[in-house]
Order: sequence, then structure tokens, then C-alpha cells
Amino acid sequence: MNFIYDPVPWVINWLTQLLLSWGLSENFVTTLLYLVGAVLICLGAMLFTTMLIWAERKIGGRFQDRLGPNRVGPWGIFQSIADMLKIFTKEYINPVGIDKIPFNLAPILAVAAVLAVWAVIPFSQTVFGSNINVGILFIIAIGGLGEMAIILAGFGSNNKYALLGAFRAVAQLISYEVPMVIVLLIPVMFSGSMGLNDIVQAQTIPFIVYAPVACMIFFICSIAENGRAPFDLLEADSELVAGYNIEYSGLKFGMFFVADFLHAFTSAIVFTTIFLGGWQGPGVEQIPVLGGAYMLIKTLLVYFLMLAIRFTVPRFRIDQMMALNWKILTPLALVTVVMTALVDKAIPHEMTAIRIGALLVANLILWLLADRMITTFSKRNPVQVVTGKLRPLARPEILSVAEKETAQ
Amino acid sequence: MLNEWLYLGIFLVIALAIPAAALLIAGMLSPKKPNPIKDSTYECGMETVGVSWVQFKVQYYIYGLIFLVFDVEIVLLYPWAVAYNKVALFGVIELILFIVILASGLLYAWRKGALEWV
Amino acid sequence: MTGMQLIFLIAAAVVVSSAFMSVTSRRMIHAALWFVLALLGVAVIYALLEVSFFAVVQVLVYVGAIAILIIFATMLTRRALEDHGKQFNRATLMTLVIVSVIFAGLVFSLRSWPQIQSMTAPLSADQLDVGVLGLALTAPDGFALPFEVTSILLLAALIGSIYVAYERKEKKK
Repeated sequence: MNFIYDPVPWVINWLTQLLLSWGLSENFVTTLLYLVGAVLICLGAMLFTTMLIWAERKIGGRFQDRLGPNRVGPWGIFQSIADMLKIFTKEYINPVGIDKIPFNLAPILAVAAVLAVWAVIPFSQTVFGSNINVGILFIIAIGGLGEMAIILAGFGSNNKYALLGAFRAVAQLISYEVPMVIVLLIPVMFSGSMGLNDIVQAQTIPFIVYAPVACMIFFICSIAENGRAPFDLLEADSELVAGYNIEYSGLKFGMFFVADFLHAFTSAIVFTTIFLGGWQGPGVEQIPVLGGAYMLIKTLLVYFLMLAIRFTVPRFRIDQMMALNWKILTPLALVTVVMTALVDKAIPHEMTAIRIGALLVANLILWLLADRMITTFSKRNPVQVVTGKLRPLARPEILSVAEKETAQ
Repeated sequence: MLNEWLYLGIFLVIALAIPAAALLIAGMLSPKKPNPIKDSTYECGMETVGVSWVQFKVQYYIYGLIFLVFDVEIVLLYPWAVAYNKVALFGVIELILFIVILASGLLYAWRKGALEWV
Repeated sequence: MTGMQLIFLIAAAVVVSSAFMSVTSRRMIHAALWFVLALLGVAVIYALLEVSFFAVVQVLVYVGAIAILIIFATMLTRRALEDHGKQFNRATLMTLVIVSVIFAGLVFSLRSWPQIQSMTAPLSADQLDVGVLGLALTAPDGFALPFEVTSILLLAALIGSIYVAYERKEKKK
């Protein structure tokens, strides 16, 4: 094992030998190394988040024709660190009538639910955490704890806004979990395992090639699970003041903030792992450390795409968002699973090119059909115009035709 | 397999401990100067009326129910998906039957108007 | 005492005590939250038994869906469900005696059962595979029929609940 080609297992190996030579028992050494690994990954992820916040603000600024942070350090790179130092010294305000334990537990649980996903992510061929045989379901299940954190925050705050925000958020999160769970059947079907490492290992050709429609449904759902624009209703500032975290201050609010940003990056990692082949790439067999680099590059690309969507697309209305989930994504996901199972069963696995071609054609047909159905549906149900008296307008000439008709 | 779960357990404990520790440290660093105005519930400058508990409409519950049924059914499909490469065509037909039954439930909810957010 | 036994004892203590808190707490939503803790404890016990699938499904279905449904259900009420009644009645003492006798009997009979002392053999690698469960669920001579019947049962549950909820909504209007 060579240090340059594969540093992490080399260090682990060296540490194990060292500790064993001190006469410690093998079980103890394993547990200790697990502990060290967990602390390093958790701390690393949380510190990395400060960089993510800077990057997101900077990129967001550029998207919206602003400068973004530019005062602290070169290109404002230390802005998040300054913010972090500030938020550490801010006062916790405990409003009257809060339910102490749920109120204080919620921010901790919110971060923990996101961090826990990192335990099952394979970072490269040789560096992976836990390869439990139910990795995919674990990621979804741990998302349920995040929902629990939101409920705790909303209910513990003793504030009507917080309660309303929390329940809207949970309704959104559980709804978008449905198509997500359905399409995740497809990578499991292809790889024959729910362990994330096995799934990456099976992707010599990434699954995005086999199942583009499923991949897109998963992408949309993971944006919705983040609560990012265009699905940012759960923090709809103009309607709910701030959503479930309204009564939080100081680092307790900071924890929700960190959880939000880390969640976005984590879903980019999960997307990369499940659909883009994770650490797979040319030359990883010889030099495993390359896998980590591939993983990082792919993840950052996906993350950039999420940012681009966040800063360009306006917000959905809540009924539109629910309709998109239950009337489009869920049926489409069900049909995709059935179609993929049928087509894949019909063609023997040895004929890789034909198999990919058939799956691609089937996906394309499905996509065109779905598009056609959505178009006819929206034509049949035109946008409802709110009728009533003519509003006083600064520029009446920009009124739409329909509005003018109803006004007369 | 137990080792994997051990790592996962340790990881979960650490993931809970690090934010908790950060909150504790910040709690020690931060000032504590409460006053009644500062501690009042934030409702845009209005006095809070009544308890914070508000009644929600039944729509939330219906979404919860549909989600629950879907969740349970799809979880049942996961072992099938793991064994997908080993099952014969009969297994796929079973999947289709299963999903058609599931989809008819969705269709019923749709026709009944339970999916509308009103 | 091995580490596993320690973890089991902690998990079992959490399950039992939070189940107790769940029945005794006065606010409905507190009861629901204690219930969630009990469910998480059960998931830990499943993980100790090496049935990963059940451990994850326990969290996914019970914590992620059923507990949230229960909390949604409490939100349908007009005010916070809070019980101010007495938590004890005349039968309390009698019940306590009966319960302890049954518990003692259970402990005694289990202790005299030789199987309880012996450790079960760890599962073999092919038993850990979730795919075995999947094959059994779809095999025509296995559990194919129960598998489909389950889906019809769930369909009935969905239709029934929507019917009931929708009728309520109609009346309100």
C-alpha cells in the first residue's frame, strides 16, 4: 500500500499497527479508529459548510449581478468565518412559553440528521464509512429525523408562525419523499444491493445513462427536500416571516442555517453517489485517491447546478408544488419503475449497448408522453384569473386581456 | 455487519454531540441579558392572542395518510428490487400488479379531489 | 458484560421508560414525542439483532410516517390536547399487584427455559442478504399471494381513510 496513491487506508493501517503494538485489544482499536473517523468527518463537514456558505453567497451574488461578500479577506473569503465568530457570541433568547427540551433539541437534531448521511457515503474505492446493506433506505429514514426536528422546533417555539411554518414544511417534505423513494428502486434494481458502496461499484457506466428520467425525478425531489428555490415555501419570508425557526437566535439559529447549507451539499453528494457513479472514473483502479477527486468534482458540478436553479427560478405556489408532486412526479415515477423493470428484463445483460439503447429510447418515449400529457392538461385547465374590481394601478396599460374583460 | 452498525452508532452519537457541544460553548460565550420585551413571542409587534395552538385543516392529515400508505408499499418493494436480477419474468408481473393496485389508490384520491390543496 | 449487552440494556431501558412516559404524559404531543423515542430504541434493538432491513424500516415507517401522522392528527383538534384528569383510580393498587405477579411468573418461567441461556449462532452471510427476503416474497410457492394481498389491504386502508376524511370535509362546507 502506497501513501501517495492511497493515503487514508495507509494512515489507518499505520495507526492500527501502532496501537496494536502498544498491547491494546483489537476490538478496542477498531472502536477507537471508528470514533476518530467519525469525529474527523463530522467536524470536517461542519467546517466545510462555512466555505459552502461563502461560495453560495458569492456565486449567488454573481448570478444576480451583485458583488457578493468582498470585504473580509481576498474575495471576501473569510466572511463566513467572521460570521461564525460573531454568531458564537450572540445571546440566546428564550421566548416566553417555550417547551425547553424540544426547543433546544431541535437545532441539534436538524444538524445530526444531515450529518448522519455522511456515515454511509463511499468517498473513494478504499475510503468508505459504513457499507450497511440498507444504505439507501438509511438515507431516507434519517431524513425522517430531520422532519422530526422541524416539528420539535415548530411546536416548542410557542409561536403561531413557527407552528404554521413547521407543518407546511413537513407536508412538503413527506410529499416529496414519495417519488424519491419510488425512483430509488431503480438503482437498487440495477446493482442488486442497497449498500451505497455496491451501488457505486456497479456503475462502470453511471446510472444516469440507464435511467435519465428517474435521475431527473430524484434531482427535483432532492431540491424540494432541501427547501431550496423554487421549493422554498417552507421559509417563505414574505408569508410566514421565517418559517419554523422564527423564534431562534444566536447559534441555535446558526445550527438550522448550517443544517440547511449542509443538506444541499449532502444531497449533491448523494445524487453523485447514486446516479453519477460516485468515485468511478478512468484510472481509479491503479490510483484510488483519484476517486476522491472525481467524487469532489462531480459533487461540485451538481451543487453548482442546484445553485443555478436556486438563483434563477421563482418560487412555486403551494398548490402548484403539491400538484407537481402528486399529479406529475409520483405517477411518472411509478411508470418509470415498471417500464425499466420490463425493458431491462426483456434484454439479456450481455448486450450492453443494445440494453442502454433500449432503455434510453424507452425513457425518451416516456418523457415525450409525459410532456404531452402535461401540455394538454395545462391547456385544458387555464390559469385562473382572480376576478373583482379593477385594482388601482400605476400603469393600467399593462393589464392582461383577461383581466380587462373581467373588469368591464 | 455488526461492525458496520457499530460505526453507524458511533457516528450518530458524534453527529449529535458536536452540535450540542457547539451550542454549549456558545451558551458560555454569549451574554445573558433577558428582559420581558425581548423574551416576548415574535408576532410582528402585536400582542399574542390566545395559545399558540391553531387548528389545521384536514388536508395535512390526508397527505400524511397517502404518504404513509405509499411509504409502506414501496418499502415492501425494496427486497424485491434487491433480488431483481434473480427473479424471473413472473416477478416483474407481480411488481406490475402491485404497482397497479397502488396506482389505483392514487387515482381514487385524485378523482375524489383529495390531492387538491384548497 | 460485553459491549453488546451494555448497548442492549441501554436501548431496552430507553424503550421501557419512554413507553412509560408516553402513557403518563399529560400533553398529547409530548406523548407522541416519547413514543418516537421508544420506536428509535426498538430500531437499535433490531440493529443489534443484525436485521438491518427491519431496523431501517422501523425508523422509516414508524418515525418518518406514523409518528408524523399521529402529530398531524393531534393538530386537527381545536385546542391542545391536554388531560387534567386524575391518573390513578381505585383499581390502581390491584392492577399493580396483578401486573407484578404476571411479570414475576414470566421471569421465572423464562429462567427455567434452557434456550434462554444459550446464545444463538450469528447469522450467516447469505442470511443477511435482503435479496433472500425479496425472492421469498415473489416466489410463486413462497409468499407471492400474501405480498399482493398486502397491497390490496393497504389500498383498502387508503380508500377508507380518504372516504372518511372527505365526507368530513363535505359536511364542513
